[in-house]
Amino acid sequence: MPAYSLTHLKLLEAESIHIIREVAAEFSKPVMLYSIGKDSSVMTHLALKAFYPDKPPFPFLHVDTTWKFREMIEFRESYARKELGLDLLVNINEEGLKLGIDPAENSEKHTDVMKTDSLKQALNKYGFDAAFGGARRDEEKSRAKERVFSFRDKFHRWDPKTQRPELWNLYNTKINPGESIRVFPLSNWTELDVWQYIHLEKIPIVPLYFAKDRQVVQRDGALIMKDDDRLVLREGEQLETRRVRFRTLGCYPLTGAVESEATTLPEIIQEMLLAKTSERQGRVIDRDSAGAGMEEKKKQGYF
Amino acid sequence: MALATVVQVLENLCAGAHAGLSVSINALLRTISQFTNLNMSHQSELIATDINAYLEQHERKELLRFITCGSVDDGKSTLIGRLLYDSKMLYEDQLAQLESESKTHGTTGGGFDPALVTDGLKAEREQGITIDVAYRYFSTAKRKFIIADTPGHEQYTRNMATGASTADLAVILIDARHGVLTQTKRHSFIVSLLGIRHVVVTVNKMDLVGFSQGRFEEICSAYREFAERLDLPDLHFIPISALSGDNVVDPSPNMSWYRGSTLMNFLETVYIGSDRNFEDFRFPVQYVNRPNLDFRGFCGTIASGILRQGDEIMVLPQRKTSRVKRIVTYDGDLQEASTPQSITLTLEDEVDCSRGDMIVRPGNVPKVSNEFDAMLVWMSAEPMVPGKTYLFKHTSQSITGCIESLRYRVDVNTLHSSPAPDLQLNEIGRCTITLSQPIFFDAYRRNRTTGAFIIVDRISNITVAAGMITAREADKSAQTAPWEVAEGLASTTDSSIRLVTAEERQARFGQTPATLLLTGLSGSGKTTIARGVERALFDAGRTAIVLDGEDLRRGLSRDLGYSALDRSENLRRAAQIARLMNENGFICLLSMIAPDETVRSKAADLIGPDRFLTVHVDASLEVCQQRDPRGHYVEAEQGKLPKLPGAGAPYDVPQAADLVLRTQEDSIDQCIEQVLLLLRGRKLIR
Repeated sequence: MPAYSLTHLKLLEAESIHIIREVAAEFSKPVMLYSIGKDSSVMTHLALKAFYPDKPPFPFLHVDTTWKFREMIEFRESYARKELGLDLLVNINEEGLKLGIDPAENSEKHTDVMKTDSLKQALNKYGFDAAFGGARRDEEKSRAKERVFSFRDKFHRWDPKTQRPELWNLYNTKINPGESIRVFPLSNWTELDVWQYIHLEKIPIVPLYFAKDRQVVQRDGALIMKDDDRLVLREGEQLETRRVRFRTLGCYPLTGAVESEATTLPEIIQEMLLAKTSERQGRVIDRDSAGAGMEEKKKQGYF
Repeated sequence: MALATVVQVLENLCAGAHAGLSVSINALLRTISQFTNLNMSHQSELIATDINAYLEQHERKELLRFITCGSVDDGKSTLIGRLLYDSKMLYEDQLAQLESESKTHGTTGGGFDPALVTDGLKAEREQGITIDVAYRYFSTAKRKFIIADTPGHEQYTRNMATGASTADLAVILIDARHGVLTQTKRHSFIVSLLGIRHVVVTVNKMDLVGFSQGRFEEICSAYREFAERLDLPDLHFIPISALSGDNVVDPSPNMSWYRGSTLMNFLETVYIGSDRNFEDFRFPVQYVNRPNLDFRGFCGTIASGILRQGDEIMVLPQRKTSRVKRIVTYDGDLQEASTPQSITLTLEDEVDCSRGDMIVRPGNVPKVSNEFDAMLVWMSAEPMVPGKTYLFKHTSQSITGCIESLRYRVDVNTLHSSPAPDLQLNEIGRCTITLSQPIFFDAYRRNRTTGAFIIVDRISNITVAAGMITAREADKSAQTAPWEVAEGLASTTDSSIRLVTAEERQARFGQTPATLLLTGLSGSGKTTIARGVERALFDAGRTAIVLDGEDLRRGLSRDLGYSALDRSENLRRAAQIARLMNENGFICLLSMIAPDETVRSKAADLIGPDRFLTVHVDASLEVCQQRDPRGHYVEAEQGKLPKLPGAGAPYDVPQAADLVLRTQEDSIDQCIEQVLLLLRGRKLIR
């Protein structure tokens, strides 16, 4: 490569840092959503870089549905809170918890109440006017047209028709009181970029991404891990030990595992490159309500 | 299935011509791949054999952003679908989902609809249109690519400008059967306007013109001929068939006469290293990092140029100089950094510097001014209002300002420029901008970061326009010089003629000449009162002249419109006449809206403040709109005229008027009497 030319990862990094700093400079109360997944790990890493030697000048928020894998919560506490020393908020929708929705039985309602409502609750409670999310445009079709700065009205709704044109790196950050902006610093990253960057920068990730013998049950074509006693086996289902890993992390009854032998990052990347299905395939949520599932969720305020 | 059949089926699907076709996309693409010897870019041998070597190779990739211009009919979706598929960016589950959606949303009667590959939003899909820019990603061993995919329909200008703003290269599709069309010209103009240097014109559907070299060359020369008028420094042509893959990834066996690169090869190798400006160091300060009293870091993205530790720098606008102490990053200090890295600087000296300031080199500073010319792309359904206060975001600064005037509008289809009152959605024009504070800028051609800005509406917060600063500075001579006056009347050289003196005129006319500016909203009653005062003065043996802004527009100012700049110019001409009239002893009554306080004070200066009186003819907007004697409010409502002062455009209420007439409360006669009282009070008439 010629002198002064930067690699694609360096360019993506520079762009993301620019976006993160712009939000810190222009908004009075930003927050960074922290989902504990690999994209969150990368986004957090970029936030650390953006403000080095200072800490990021905003808190991090984990919307805890209470159904996350135990290893995720352990990682959140030991790495994000203790090791990185982040100002980490955790929100659980206590009202929603009382409804006792079983995600395995009613995934859509579970997501609405414990994720979407809980997020809105937290945003309102703290009065955040900008929230970073780790979504990428390559994840899903409706995301391909998502802006880096995505405008939400005071009900946190996203209207595809009122999104602002986004040119150069000049982001329109103007909002009225009560309105907010969701910001996606990883918009232009692909799954491969994220993995390569994690590899290159040696960013810690939850061990669930690596293959290991785990107790799973086959359900609706997906391998669901029994992470605790709340997962009730249905008739004819039985637990089996398989060597599996997870390509994405979410609520464990809704997250399918893939059989894998990959125990290192290069092996994960190798597997991904040879895979024939996309990463969200393991998620039940996208296929809800047929077609534009994610888009409907976004309109309601889901990330 | 023979190749010809596959091509035929896909062609039908693409054209949306045949209903009832239900072909499995998986099967289809598998069939194509068998026939076209695909180069699965991600399926490098290394993935399976030596993943570490593969990663090492891929960690050194470059990034190329490009935009595709054309419509579905040109085979754009087919081309993008092919690039994504060939680089393995479409997975089986995504294909399966597309396949199921084709049955409900597709325009091909249940068959696979290639447009769905690149469509994203439900509402759009239901309307069967795409309305925005979608970003697609794929990579090969050499480069990562970001495609800005923009539709070819009526919203093209806004969307294309958005997609083009970050693109290094444009792929312009031409249907070999149709050649260079109006839309080709439109796309090329926007590409050139947004400063994209590399253009590859892909002449698609070569299979449908029998892979004819003659046809290809005909199209190339037609394109070259028209592109001469545009600034497209690096132009290439590739004959392809996106459908059958000819010259997309692999060289076409059907076009042996073509010796150039395939499209993929071109995208992988086109040299973009020199596109960035490494000469002019520009560092807009984005954020000041102060973790403790000992550290003060200036964070930002290097807009252009290179910086080394120890370099001498200057902070604008303070013009304070210092040296770079450290270039701080999380991964350790850097010796040097270049555009577009995001870095943190510390300086040797305590220099006052905050967000919005710019760090440059003392020997190479950008232009610093609050006035400049720019090409604007209007992106809002609300038309542009000259003179209205907007917010301008430029680098890390947000500053209020206004569009002084629209010099001309460019027809994107013909590239002709012509005068216009304003810009509507998707229109492009050259404007003069005045901001409330100076900014630090370069011409967009030279610097795509410091030459670009967006305009935000202060009430709706919507991004209404994108601007590119043009090389020429705002033409001072056209703006301020006309207001300047050579002192005194031309003198005659013949000393035998005794000149009439001012005293003699005063004695003869029984009056001291002066100019009264009757300013107020359209319909407030200015002209009626002016005519009434003229009558009263005439009847009393005095001599007064009425200059009515509308009358001037019928002759002397026939060339002027209703923009802020044109209104200013109309008042300038009226003031020049008034001045001549005053010098010849007459009282002059100027009846003009004159909405701008600055322009009014320029008129006062020109005529002489001691003989210039401001009369504010005051009536509420509602009353003026009801009266609407000239029908201007109605016309403005219909969009035939720009917004009127007070009704959308600004009207500065005179703060120090010599007289305020309230035409809602007082009768015409009472108002006239008040003016005469003023003239007597100032001893201008006896």
